[in-house]
Amino acid sequence: MSYEPVIGLEVHLQLSTATKLFCGCPVKFGAPPNSQTCPVCLGLPGVLPVANERALEWGIRVGIALNCRIAEIMKFDRKQYFYPDLPKNYQISQYDRPLAQQGFLEIFVGGQAKRVGITRVHLEEDAGKLLHDASQTESFIDLNRAGVPLLEIVSEPDLRSSEEAYQYLIDLKAILQYLDVSTCNMEEGSLRCDTNVSLRRTGAAAFGSKVEIKNLNSFRAVKLALEHEIKRQAILLDQGHTIPQETRLWDARGLKTESMRSKEGAADYRYFPEPDLVPFHLDRALVDRVKAQLPELPAQRAARLQASYQLSAYDAQVLVQDRTLAELFEGALAAGAKPKPAANWMMGDLLAYANAQGVELSSLKLRPEWFAHLVELVEQGTLSGRMAKELFLQMVKEGRDPAQLAVEGGLRQISDADALERLADEVLQGNRSSVDDYLKGKTNALTHLMGQAMKRSQGKANPHQMTEILKRKLAQVKSSKP
Amino acid sequence: MSSGSLASKTIHELQELLASKQVSPPDILEDVLAAIARANPSLHAYLSVDADRLRRQLKEQPPSAGEGRLRGIPITVKDNICITGEETSCASKILAGFRPPYDATVIARLKREGAILIPRANMDEFAFGSSTENSAFGPTRNPWATDRVPGGSSGGSATAVAADLTIAALGSDTGGSIRQPAAFCGVVGVKPTYGRVSRYGLVAFASSLDQIGPLAKDVTDAAIVLSVIAGHDPNDSTSAPVAVPDYAKELKTPLKGARLGVPVLPEAGLDPEVKTAIREAIAAFERLGYTTVPVELPHLAQSVETYYIIATAEASSNLARYDGTQYGFRGSGNGGEGALLEMHLRTRTDGFGAEAKRRILLGTYVLSHGYYDAYYLKGMKVRTLIKNDFDKALTRCDAIVLPTAPTPAFRIGEKLSDPLQMYLSDIYTISANLAGVPALSMPCGFSREGLPIGLQLVAAPFKEDVLLRIAHAYEQATEWHRRTPVMSDK
Repeated sequence: MSYEPVIGLEVHLQLSTATKLFCGCPVKFGAPPNSQTCPVCLGLPGVLPVANERALEWGIRVGIALNCRIAEIMKFDRKQYFYPDLPKNYQISQYDRPLAQQGFLEIFVGGQAKRVGITRVHLEEDAGKLLHDASQTESFIDLNRAGVPLLEIVSEPDLRSSEEAYQYLIDLKAILQYLDVSTCNMEEGSLRCDTNVSLRRTGAAAFGSKVEIKNLNSFRAVKLALEHEIKRQAILLDQGHTIPQETRLWDARGLKTESMRSKEGAADYRYFPEPDLVPFHLDRALVDRVKAQLPELPAQRAARLQASYQLSAYDAQVLVQDRTLAELFEGALAAGAKPKPAANWMMGDLLAYANAQGVELSSLKLRPEWFAHLVELVEQGTLSGRMAKELFLQMVKEGRDPAQLAVEGGLRQISDADALERLADEVLQGNRSSVDDYLKGKTNALTHLMGQAMKRSQGKANPHQMTEILKRKLAQVKSSKP
Repeated sequence: MSSGSLASKTIHELQELLASKQVSPPDILEDVLAAIARANPSLHAYLSVDADRLRRQLKEQPPSAGEGRLRGIPITVKDNICITGEETSCASKILAGFRPPYDATVIARLKREGAILIPRANMDEFAFGSSTENSAFGPTRNPWATDRVPGGSSGGSATAVAADLTIAALGSDTGGSIRQPAAFCGVVGVKPTYGRVSRYGLVAFASSLDQIGPLAKDVTDAAIVLSVIAGHDPNDSTSAPVAVPDYAKELKTPLKGARLGVPVLPEAGLDPEVKTAIREAIAAFERLGYTTVPVELPHLAQSVETYYIIATAEASSNLARYDGTQYGFRGSGNGGEGALLEMHLRTRTDGFGAEAKRRILLGTYVLSHGYYDAYYLKGMKVRTLIKNDFDKALTRCDAIVLPTAPTPAFRIGEKLSDPLQMYLSDIYTISANLAGVPALSMPCGFSREGLPIGLQLVAAPFKEDVLLRIAHAYEQATEWHRRTPVMSDK
């Protein structure tokens, strides 16, 4: 039987505002446990929340960038459940009047544009963290994170494959990075993601029953979990089983999902309007102001790069996907690099390095002019392609200017004609048999001679010049022979 | 000055004595402490009083001479308003020993004005009740008749004021918890407009209904305290940025030609003596030149049901945080698998009293999936109707006259086994909380048994000045506020 997956995504984004959503405590990652707390975020008796206007404004910013309708009146509600990381045993969230609704995000999969609906964007407070590993018999609670502003971004079930889901996350993250509202770091938990998936027979209109998947620690995990879950459900359906509505956990080691709780086990959150906060009238002037101050977004940047630098649509898409990448690219151009070689460094070596190391580009602390220097060194003939690649690795590992590194390491291609002539003479004298082979018509003997030249020069000989000199000298030897 | 007499004085009387240097703040405190030592064991207005600590605090931080609108004036604080370092238990086992690390906004304002705070006035647990019998630490007794309740939930505050165990007090009023005990104890109590006084630091019962207000020996004192505690607070998003007049100064300008609205009341349960006292009060107002107009409050009869949906819903949520994790009482579990749930269950089972559990259950039920629309949502709609009733009625008059409670103070234990009867005793006070309007209770007579009867005045939002001026005019023309309870052991 053939099935069509129906996928929706729920993204939680920590806003990097200076202070928490309902109190004045700093939003700070990695501080000593419970050092970033006050009576309000500890949920002590008698305290009251006061909404952070900046968080509201940033929420509006995201809502506008996702083409949402911004609420005229929004309110907060209490979502109630008992959990030790939730000091009030309710979370201030938004239920029926969220900040923004009915938006969309355009993604590109396989060269095709697709519009993915955004159901809603709402604000809520984050919970604290439980620490279970410090002791065998006790658990500890760190409430530094309690009250940090979170933006929940819920998509419509418009995605039809794990690839689409993956691309949605890539494109959404790019937009969020451009908006400068979050560090978007999944490792630190500033960006979190749950997904839900159901299968239906290809061509059917009705949705199957929905399975929610949690514990997804990377975009790749989302993709793998969806692939696994789509297979699992298809097998069950083929066997004539029905799929129970439930929440499952992704097991990243075992590469499988496991049941966490059934629909019956789902909590009744007893939502009701938060009486400690009055509804907010988001007046049009505020929304217009936020709109006017919106930065350039990835799609606009891609169009601009494509038009300005004669890049392919694909190259432009890849370059803008990560804000750091796009900024390095444009910065390198501003520092004098040509678009094509600069793009090649960014999209080839740099992305490959970051992927292999599993690091965020922003964490590498690279300067755009370094790429301009790299391009320039190659163009001037100072570095060979191979030398440049080695220098690139040194640059990203050490975080230093390649121009500087080249000088310090004596990394300079030998392009001096006299020196290359002397080198060629040495190579020819030391490899008589290869010279003879060449003269007998075995042209690949030239490759061996080139290799010897590079070896003797420790790779610094300008390969183009060297080849020409060797060819010329071999021709001379041939003509001088009787 | 003879011992005890300073404790029986009003704020404005003491202010004159302080200004003319006839007395000092320690003199006043000593008289109050002596009165407490004498009468608190029988009345139990305070859960505990640490006299030495109060003396030490006054010595270490004397209110600077001449400064502060309440310099040297002892003010009693209900056990649900946070004072840094002072035990604030809400008369509940679950918060026993809890000492907040911060001051409620009203407390910060009283401190700034030089008041001497006396913590721990007894109350119904978490303000759940109308008799102070729901205190986990034993009931307070009515100083007019010690077999009677003082009303509630601010019964400790009302008793302390009535029995001269303080000069004035703070209470909190969610459905009559300042006004009804003020009526039962023969003192003045004001529930301000919702948003007039900051709730920051008031341990929440029902957030959309709670207000802190004064209990005092006369209208002038209530006006003085209200002027200090009222006003916008950036820490309370529901507090209103509305300017605060000097209420006591306003009293000097009589409200001439004011109109009083007299509604037709649901009479079931209304004591004939209360009815007569209110009628006589209206006659007294007419003699003062006030006119009366009939007004309608058609949804008053639904106020108790509406209140017990909204108030319990909010309470069930507000009380969720008492789970033994961070502070207060912790029930012990056996450890191991399920230890967390067991700790929560034991904490809440052993930490909350019966009425708290009843209200948490009710509130959880009305917010549950499938019941929200039928109860909470409908309750909010009726609340709007009640608010509209008051808005409409108050366009026709300056204040509405009502009894505060349908009966004088009832006997201890009388209604304990019948929560519905207990709830119905709040019928005249609850609607002001639902409508968010200010209301005041003051003595307007006594029953044949010598129990005080309370008159309630209700005005439009932020018209506390109107309430106080009308009340003051009545007080000037009557003698009820001059009567004091004669206690057998006094």
